[in-house]
Amino acid sequence: MAASTLTVPQAEVPMSPHLRGRVGMWCLITAESAIFTIFVVAYLYYAGKSTGPTPREVLEVPIFISICLFSSSFTIVMGEKAIHRGNIKLFTAWLFATIILGAIFVGGSLREWYRLIYEDGVTISSSLFGTNFYSLVGLHLSHVIVGLTMLSTVLIFALLGRVKQEHAERIGVLALYWHFVDTVWVVVLSVVYFIAR
Amino acid sequence: MLDADSISKPMFVPPEGVQARPWLDRVHEWIVTVDHKKLGLMYLCYGLLFLVIGGVEATAMRIQLALPNNHFVSPQTFNQLFTMHGTTMIFFSAMPIVFGIAVYLVPLMIGARDMAFPRLNAWGFWMSALGGIILYFSWVGGSGLYGAGGAPDVGWFAYAPLTSPAFSVGHSTDYWIIGIFVSGFGSIATAVNIITTILCLRCPGMTLNRMPLLVWLNAVMAFIVLLAVSPLTAAQVMLLIDRYLGGHFFDTQAGGSAVIWMHFFWVFGHPEVYVLVLPAFAVLSEVIPVFSRKPIFGYSIMVVATLAIGFISLSVWAHHMFTVGMTSYANAFFVASTAAIAVPTGIKIFNWLGTMWGGKIIFKVPMLFCVAAVCQMLIAGLTGIMLSAAPFDWQLGNSYFVVAHFHYVILGVIVFGVFAAIYYWYPKATGRMLSERLGRWHFWLFLIGFHLTFDFMHVPGLLGMPRRIYTYDTGRGWDIWNLIVTVGVVFQALAILLWVVNVFGSYYKGEVAGNDPWNAWTLEWSTTSPPPDYNFATIPVVRSARPLWDLKHPEDPDWKYE
Amino acid sequence: MAAPDPANIFSPVSTPANQIHHLSLFVMAICAAIFVVVFSLLVYAIVKFRRRADDDGREPAQIYGSNQVELAWTVIPVLIVVVLFLAAARVIHAVEDAKMPPGATEVVAVGHQFWWEFRYPGQGFVTANELHVPVSDRGHPTPTHITLMSADTDHSFWVPRLSGKTDLIPNRVNSMWIDPHETGTFVGQCAQYCGTQHAKMLLRVVVDSRADFEKWAANEKNPGAQVDTAANGRKIFESTACVNCHTIEGTNARGKFGPDLTHIMSRATVAAGAAENTKENLHLWIKDPDAIKPGCLMPAMQMSDQDIDAVTAYLMTLH
Repeated sequence: MAASTLTVPQAEVPMSPHLRGRVGMWCLITAESAIFTIFVVAYLYYAGKSTGPTPREVLEVPIFISICLFSSSFTIVMGEKAIHRGNIKLFTAWLFATIILGAIFVGGSLREWYRLIYEDGVTISSSLFGTNFYSLVGLHLSHVIVGLTMLSTVLIFALLGRVKQEHAERIGVLALYWHFVDTVWVVVLSVVYFIAR
Repeated sequence: MLDADSISKPMFVPPEGVQARPWLDRVHEWIVTVDHKKLGLMYLCYGLLFLVIGGVEATAMRIQLALPNNHFVSPQTFNQLFTMHGTTMIFFSAMPIVFGIAVYLVPLMIGARDMAFPRLNAWGFWMSALGGIILYFSWVGGSGLYGAGGAPDVGWFAYAPLTSPAFSVGHSTDYWIIGIFVSGFGSIATAVNIITTILCLRCPGMTLNRMPLLVWLNAVMAFIVLLAVSPLTAAQVMLLIDRYLGGHFFDTQAGGSAVIWMHFFWVFGHPEVYVLVLPAFAVLSEVIPVFSRKPIFGYSIMVVATLAIGFISLSVWAHHMFTVGMTSYANAFFVASTAAIAVPTGIKIFNWLGTMWGGKIIFKVPMLFCVAAVCQMLIAGLTGIMLSAAPFDWQLGNSYFVVAHFHYVILGVIVFGVFAAIYYWYPKATGRMLSERLGRWHFWLFLIGFHLTFDFMHVPGLLGMPRRIYTYDTGRGWDIWNLIVTVGVVFQALAILLWVVNVFGSYYKGEVAGNDPWNAWTLEWSTTSPPPDYNFATIPVVRSARPLWDLKHPEDPDWKYE
Repeated sequence: MAAPDPANIFSPVSTPANQIHHLSLFVMAICAAIFVVVFSLLVYAIVKFRRRADDDGREPAQIYGSNQVELAWTVIPVLIVVVLFLAAARVIHAVEDAKMPPGATEVVAVGHQFWWEFRYPGQGFVTANELHVPVSDRGHPTPTHITLMSADTDHSFWVPRLSGKTDLIPNRVNSMWIDPHETGTFVGQCAQYCGTQHAKMLLRVVVDSRADFEKWAANEKNPGAQVDTAANGRKIFESTACVNCHTIEGTNARGKFGPDLTHIMSRATVAAGAAENTKENLHLWIKDPDAIKPGCLMPAMQMSDQDIDAVTAYLMTLH
């Protein structure tokens, strides 16, 4: 079965292997979306059924940290563009900005949790609301932290001069994960702070 | 051109005058391998080992139930046995077998050299394996087999609030949670790998409508894994939060809902059975055409039916909850969706029939298992239709009728399909044929045992015998049926024994297989048996769904009819 | 007591079970027809199209498919599915959404590990494990409506000759009804795994004539006279841990964890059907419950045999 005995029209060449990372990440996103969906369903199911302080009483819409997180999607897109063009220094700068914005999100969230636990007495075991809130928001926060860890690892490699233009596709795959985390926050923010408040 | 690489050599038989490598070296190679063929075989062997272990657990239960008021095992042990049997068979036998077949065959059938992510492949296998080891530690980690022990006893679906700390003291339930949770990561990783491989690594010319049906079915299976295993993972996280962090997701004493666990579990649980059965359908769709000497009847319709099954399977879950007290509208919806899935499933049966029709059927052992599987799928599908009629399910649900139905699918279709696959592809993987004679004994003994056990098991269900009971009184009308059901186990055990003898014996003494012992048409038969590490000397280029048919019949190739 | 009829879903005596029975015959007939047709075709195919010994080795005609055939065997199953759906939906609605007539008997069933509590809110008494209901005349039905709740884990109420099963789920109120047309005793058991002794959480439904039911209910309402010969046993009962779990009306026993024993001798079995209600079994049950129902929640009472004899004698006066 030598290749010379059969010619194949260009249109019939299936997808290239260099798209594996992106396809794999989309698959992972599919699975993760299913996980988040279950937590969102539980949250909506239990909305209004809890004893203790209500969401309306204790939750404030986290506008600032949300803007930071959403902006980090913008900064990482700028970083992707930079590395596609081969400008590693600029890429590193945008990457750094992304990480800072993500870290602000994490810090702000933890501050909110501190207040909820110590001032309002809402913990994961105190009520149905507490269980659902910390589980759903915490699941998202853990994904942000994983993302930040990966971004920081890339930052370290970039600062050590080990990141090259040919890694652009891999950076794109990581950015795809980060955009997913952002999109989940759109859903979680809407459900927790608006719809079920 | 004949060269050393294009002549099949049986596995592990070194050429004349060459020393075999030290066995420790060879074991190490298997432990660190990222080769999809080795990982596929490891998945398969792991699954088959747990098939036997799960079978031993089932045998213990059947001995206990053979007679009324029996005292073979205590109620506590019995409850652990059915929990471990179900959990083992689904998560640590059937799923690894299914992944093993996929991971071994998909790259070969699409003309690739390996999976898209070889290291992820290895990680997925070892995570799955770890999950099983964690679960089985529970048999010995607690107080062992007698007494309460550590093995979980909450049933394989672990309904809340039986799993809450109040009713499930100690760590037995945690073994259930963690064992499956860990292997779930392996399952999702493997599913990601399968989909990416199929989408990105097909050889030139292999458009989606020229892929073998096995590849299609495994792609849909992997997609279902992504969407179905994840909800179980989520629910288990919630259960862990309840058990260890004082959460209230399923804490009915604090306003939590037992029913929502059922919804989350069955959103996983029902698509899961399609994860298991689609690869069995895949085997039937590859083997039946070859032994009927005709292409699969209605390739495109088979693809559409598969997609329909995958899609509909995500919407039927609450037919496991017909007795929970949902509204009549909800019940009616799930009747509709469940009955609907019978249509594409039936279409598949008819298309296999259509493949055999007008062919020249060769009844070698793989085909024997396939024909039996098709007939058994017909029956299992029909008992499924009966269960889909919700009021009928109000009587039959949670009874031995349901147990008979789902074992009919899992054993009658999936395990028969797995046996067909092993008899068919063992020559490719090892370079040797399995014994036809022993294969026939295996087939007929297993068929008799299967039907003795699972045909008659329907009857106690119709007579009111619920499932998960460790004993029953005489005078309920159940005695004789339970005895017959247990007798069937003897035949099945004998059959499995013969099969194990066949597998190990043929390894050393079986007839040398050659590249293409069955005169088949898909790409795996174009390379040696066993295939070299790199699968193909040159990446093939294809023009139809049966590239080897095209090569063998240049006057009448498939691509003329596309 | 006459031995109850085995639980057989094909001999219904109550409307829900009857309706299910009719539906099941319809569904099974369709399935049988499908089986006969398809299985015959399969058998025909493997016989007619097997490769003959004198085969010439040529491949048969390579047929790829047929759109007409595919259409046929898609359309026909779709029609069958629609018919099945309509038949099932009709029965779902008839059973689940049935309205109870004003004369219906109300019972509240509470599932426990591993026994059944039956409360009759309209009549003001509580009993356990054996449910008495009045027979229902087809012309003027007097069904029994059962509200289902659970005190601990999931259970399921299944008496096949009377109706399909419905689950008892904690923190949820479910509902079912029966209207038996024959008197007699009908057996069933818990049908949702609820723990170690799920297997011995049996059910007996005693369908009485209207007169017998009134008599039974009247007896249940009365605490029953205290018999002097059993005074010793009663004293022992009231001063041990028995009272923490059990209620006996007319005494200071007010426990709710275990079955109400006020009229224990009106029941044919003890331990939710695990053993016949005899003096020997009562004695054994108090002394060593694990001998009858290993893993149940009744503790061994650690009493002397004499004390147990006295208590048993007392219990045997509670008709």
